[in-house]
Amino acid sequence: MTALLLDDVRYAYPDGHQALHGVSLHIEPGERVALLGPNGAGKTTLVLHLNGILPASGLTGSSGTVAVGDRTVDPKDRPGLAEIRRRVGLVFQDPDDQLFLPTVAEDVAFGPANLGLRGAELAARVDEALAAVGMSDVKERAPHHLSLGQRRRVAVATVLAMRPDLLVMDEPSSNLDPQARRELAEIVLGLDVTLLMVTHDLPYALQLCPRSVILDDGRIVADGPTRDLLSDADLLARHRLELPYGFAVPVP
Amino acid sequence: MGAGHTHPMYVHGHSPVHHLAPEVKIAASVLFTIVVVATPRELLPAFGAYALIVAGLAVLARVPAGWLARRSLIELPFVATAVLLPFFAAGPRTDVLGMSVAVEGLWAGWNILVKGTLGVLIALLMAGTTPARDVLVGLDRLRTPQAITQIALFMLRYLDVLADEARRMRIARLSRLDDPRFLWQVRGFAAGLGTLFLRAFERGERVFLAMRSRGYTGRLPAALHEGSTATARQWAVGAAVPALAVLVLLTDRFLV
Repeated sequence: MTALLLDDVRYAYPDGHQALHGVSLHIEPGERVALLGPNGAGKTTLVLHLNGILPASGLTGSSGTVAVGDRTVDPKDRPGLAEIRRRVGLVFQDPDDQLFLPTVAEDVAFGPANLGLRGAELAARVDEALAAVGMSDVKERAPHHLSLGQRRRVAVATVLAMRPDLLVMDEPSSNLDPQARRELAEIVLGLDVTLLMVTHDLPYALQLCPRSVILDDGRIVADGPTRDLLSDADLLARHRLELPYGFAVPVP
Repeated sequence: MGAGHTHPMYVHGHSPVHHLAPEVKIAASVLFTIVVVATPRELLPAFGAYALIVAGLAVLARVPAGWLARRSLIELPFVATAVLLPFFAAGPRTDVLGMSVAVEGLWAGWNILVKGTLGVLIALLMAGTTPARDVLVGLDRLRTPQAITQIALFMLRYLDVLADEARRMRIARLSRLDDPRFLWQVRGFAAGLGTLFLRAFERGERVFLAMRSRGYTGRLPAALHEGSTATARQWAVGAAVPALAVLVLLTDRFLV
């Protein structure tokens, strides 16, 4: 059984810039994997492949296979894409991009409503997702009136409401204050989902993900236990990654 | 933003008017306005009766008169036109307060003033008793094209985000010794607008990606706004307002 399978995924943007040079990756159900890499390594491009936003159908210059569970992503198969997008929950970096409706409750309901849920079932789904991130008390508030940490937790709830098999988070810890960062980590550790976390917050990767892969220049250049990768100073330096000042990988 | 949790167009309350479904209020206020506009300007008693209806609704909705008065200042440019008309219109003239004014202009000015004011007041009552997002729900249920309601929905959500961005950009400019006096500010302001547009555009793309990731296919799911649709009784209550106005119009036209 496989949660996510990427096989030789290549992608070039319409302007010819080659962003992915053959990425292969295999994630088991229940695994928590960090996707590390410097800015411009192709991390976000890769993430948009996971639920079929990329490649746009009919675009040349892209090849390879993406499979989620037993289903292969095919840009031309619209009902198939809907199922893929239910299975893969993408949490974007800026919660203001994710939360587009006037109240938190509506926004959390948006995904499951697109899946065809309604009425009491929909309301129950919203409550369940908000409870999972500890945000039940802001249900009727406007996203703009929440702190960044709260908005990011609500953004996680908007995809949890679709009961995804694979949760993908793009830079979840960026711009959070230390307490919000820790609280989000606790929430993520408490979730029973397969996780792919894109980040260059290396201590966060160590805390949340037993396994890491490093993506640089559109290629996977390392794949292994997070502790081992972070202990390899040369490897990190080669790919513009660095542990924060004063941080040492703790001895187990 | 400084606006905090208040909604500039909404007066919080639990009156019977607040509890009417939004689509009923929108339809009733539009119909009422149509009746007002269709009333011949010479039927002075009818306008008095309309004003009474509006006043009655305001009392029922417990919307303060001061709030209505302040919000109706939006009408000022039209009032200015209405006040000027009697002085500049051609035709027979008459004396008012020792000034010579055109009779035709006086009627035209009155026409704009009274119909505009009544229209603004009924619209304010509708907006003041309906939260902004419910107005959009109501418009959607009245089969307003989704392109329009969705644009309004995004404005509702992102106006504050954009205003925040504009404010941050301005502070960043000031921090680098931009001279904040009006004329000198224009250049920086114009450049800032361009940047703001680009940012809004890029954000739009990212929002769209995030929506598609959650299964958006071009229509907002109706299940989002389920519940509290208008009952037949609510429609009947709402219809009473324009019906009353029509009754006033007919009585005045044919009986008096």
